[in-house]
Amino acid sequence: MPQSPVWSEISAALCVFSILLVPLAVAGLALTNNGLGKTRSAAHAMLASMCVVAVAALVYIAIGFSWEGFAGRSTHVAIIGGKPWDWIAAQPFFLRGQELSNSPASLAVLLQMFAVGIAAMIPLSAAADRWRFGAICASSAVMSGWTYPLFAHWVWGGGWLSQVGVIYGLGRGFLDTGGAGTIHGVGGLTALAVVWLIGPRTGKYSEDGMPVGIPGHNLVHVVFGCILAWAGWLGLNSAGAMLFGGIPPTALVLVGINTTLCAAGSSLVAVIVTKIRFGRPDASISANGWIGGLVASSAATAMISPAAAIIIGLVTGGLVALSVEWLEMYLRVDDPGGAVSSHAVAGLWGLLAAGMFAGIRTAGAPGQWLAQLVGIATLVGFVLPMTYSLNWVLNRLIHYRVESDGERQGMDLYELGAGAYPEFMVHSDDFIQR
Amino acid sequence: MRPIGFLLLLAGWFLVLAALEMLNAATSRAIFVLAGMAIEILGLVLVFRANLIQTEVED
Repeated sequence: MPQSPVWSEISAALCVFSILLVPLAVAGLALTNNGLGKTRSAAHAMLASMCVVAVAALVYIAIGFSWEGFAGRSTHVAIIGGKPWDWIAAQPFFLRGQELSNSPASLAVLLQMFAVGIAAMIPLSAAADRWRFGAICASSAVMSGWTYPLFAHWVWGGGWLSQVGVIYGLGRGFLDTGGAGTIHGVGGLTALAVVWLIGPRTGKYSEDGMPVGIPGHNLVHVVFGCILAWAGWLGLNSAGAMLFGGIPPTALVLVGINTTLCAAGSSLVAVIVTKIRFGRPDASISANGWIGGLVASSAATAMISPAAAIIIGLVTGGLVALSVEWLEMYLRVDDPGGAVSSHAVAGLWGLLAAGMFAGIRTAGAPGQWLAQLVGIATLVGFVLPMTYSLNWVLNRLIHYRVESDGERQGMDLYELGAGAYPEFMVHSDDFIQR
Repeated sequence: MRPIGFLLLLAGWFLVLAALEMLNAATSRAIFVLAGMAIEILGLVLVFRANLIQTEVED
């Protein structure tokens, strides 16, 4: 992908401002995840979110950036068939030798430190109410120290996926300026792997195999989290477009418009689909639709037209709403936060849509759709087995799932010793005879 | 079933990489990339199926 060789002070300032909005996406996702979980695990969910972001930032700066690097820096290259395959960066640990100024590489470090936190938080919502605290931190460390940096190097660090345009003539190479695949695809597929390993919540499926509805405990948190995330995504997409898409600051207006249109279209379709399916709009699935729209917009938001952003959003809303139901009902994937649908499914669709629509606007990039397919195939065919294997090993070493007592009491009491809402510690199922 | 599913995911990805590396014509390259993705979908189906059976057994 093209990089701006020299940045003016105004460009750097705009980029820093955009990056500093990204923690709002972290806060929004944490609040949404918290609201979609049970009352008795609310404090656990928020503390786990904070610790995941902390672990991710520390591990990423310690070793993650060494594997990810930045385009133009030293890397390990394998020559296959006479062609260079840049597969991993070769930077020193702890950012040694990295000048931290207003250079694009420095700004990328700052953005990535926040972005890796977002990616590591995604599995939290899928495995809510049953994932042990220590295991959450260990899994986050593995993701921010290896899984995320490796794929991010391929896409953003000058790796082979970003080079398929130059080497194989596939458009501009794999396009993912805001992280639809790099952040949300990796996070969402890891969420799926963790849910497979950890299994559904106790009581989620009845004896005849039908899922039991376990509603989120605070839909105000969920929807407010979506609005916070919107502000964060405006920053994420803007900074990503400038750093990894070579977009000038003048194009940031289009980024803001497209991000919003995509989320708006997606959430409204989710509202309509749930109204048709259940007779009334479902707030939690509609919120997932909003998040899914933001995720799908991230692939190439500065390179598509507003009309294309609306189309992408409309399709995302339908995909998210239907896949939440499908995963829960037919595939027995108990994902309380809808992370697999709103991050993995929406992210992969966003990448595909970028191949379909980005070529129209940027004209003269034949093969872009094939580059996007190669990226999607890499996420599903390589990242998913890798993240599953790593989490499988971790699960063997430190058991992921909390004991049945922990699930019954709630993660707050069992792991933290105190609840989030001490004045409202009454649960209806406490009175059910066992 | 699950290990075979994951092996199919990897096999599909290797087919996609091989298509990039070994084929030059745009059409044949696209066909082989799509074939690789079809194998990945088959692998995903197997892994989902294995998960379904496991949760049914545990219930």
